[in-house]
Amino acid sequence: MTRVGDELPPLRIPITRTLIVSGAIASRDYQDVHHDAEAARAKGSPDIFMNILTTNGLVGRYLTDHFGPRARLRRVAIRLGAPNHPGDEMVLTGTVTSVEDRQVEVRVVGANGLGRHVTGTVTVQLPEDTPEPEVST
Amino acid sequence: MRAEAETRKRKGTGVAAQDGDVLYERLKAYEGQPAASGGEGKDPVNEPMIRHWCEAMGDTNPAYPAVAPPTMLQAWTMGGLSGHVVRSRAYDELTALLDGAGFTSVVATDSEQEYPRPLRPGDQITFDAVIESVSPRKTTKLGTGHFVTTRMDVRADGELAGTHRFRILKYAPAKPSPARDRPPADRVKRPRPVVNRDNAGFWDGVARQELLIQRCTGCGTLRFPWLPGCNSCGSADWETVHASGAGTVYSYVVMHHPPFPAFQPPYAVGLVELAEGVRMISNITGVPHDKVRIGMPVELEFLAVDEELTLPVFRGSEG
Repeated sequence: MTRVGDELPPLRIPITRTLIVSGAIASRDYQDVHHDAEAARAKGSPDIFMNILTTNGLVGRYLTDHFGPRARLRRVAIRLGAPNHPGDEMVLTGTVTSVEDRQVEVRVVGANGLGRHVTGTVTVQLPEDTPEPEVST
Repeated sequence: MRAEAETRKRKGTGVAAQDGDVLYERLKAYEGQPAASGGEGKDPVNEPMIRHWCEAMGDTNPAYPAVAPPTMLQAWTMGGLSGHVVRSRAYDELTALLDGAGFTSVVATDSEQEYPRPLRPGDQITFDAVIESVSPRKTTKLGTGHFVTTRMDVRADGELAGTHRFRILKYAPAKPSPARDRPPADRVKRPRPVVNRDNAGFWDGVARQELLIQRCTGCGTLRFPWLPGCNSCGSADWETVHASGAGTVYSYVVMHHPPFPAFQPPYAVGLVELAEGVRMISNITGVPHDKVRIGMPVELEFLAVDEELTLPVFRGSEG
């Protein structure tokens, strides 16, 4: 049963060079700052950094890992802050902020060693046979 | 526009701001114009791309690849290595304007997606995008630039499958922070005190390793720091009293940021109440910055900062 205020178990994601590069390529983002450390440094970044599409994918995965394969993502809105560089770790945490019918809204934060990499709101539609949520008091 | 710029000039607005405003008006003219029209996904939605995505994300959801992960929405519209072929002239012009103004770097800051219909292998993707807004010039940690927000409708076989609002910052990278360029703190001298006729007596005392407090000869009120007249009675006549050197921490702050040359944060700055009753600001020495406490007894000492400068500071004692 999902209730407002529920906290999702945290998901720890090691930020490896492989994750950054494979995420960028899988999302067809060939900006050099996501795979070429030298080019990233020339543009003022200490190293390559994760692209927003990969962050988006990880946030989506965090929610469907939790709510199961039959839950459907309806909306994912994210804002990026501190970059995800190789060698860091991002810890995704989530708090349920609203439950209406089977539509659940979750506030997500992904924190890394530099601060908040991502903050966002995700709306998930739970499957039809999910019991109606209890009205919280 | 010219008249407006000239008006601003008379008002004394900086040249850079004028240029920025003129640029902003030109950028703003692109709001509402198409960013891409009649775009077609380079590949139909397909299992291999879904699989590669899931492998990269570590996503083992069994719903995929029968449907595509919704968060892949943008991936189906990407130009890839060979680039975008459908970008509008308006978007290219906007980009060129920003590049020309020195805002050559780009970083994505926001993504808002809605997924009204799942995407399945075989779906043919088409998309249109509009330049929704261009922000006034903003200064961020990365540098100064403009946020450009676009909104894209993604269709699968003609049916709306997703909307995608995307915000980028086009910016001129900030110069490396001055702290990085500065010589290390241990090679920079501490600021020199400003000595004038009102406080020369104090600094003369410090040079003799004496801490002198002023006392009004009119009403007897002690005062610190040194001032030409008495705040209580207005008298301009004074004499000096030797501070015993005993005091307590009345209040304090710990400086972490911003760094100043010659000071290595974190360090404690104390407001010390002398036994005589006046308060003065100085460093607390002999105690780690995080062990300084209100009420802590302190004792005056003179710190030879360098060959030319000696300062009265206060040594704390733990426990």
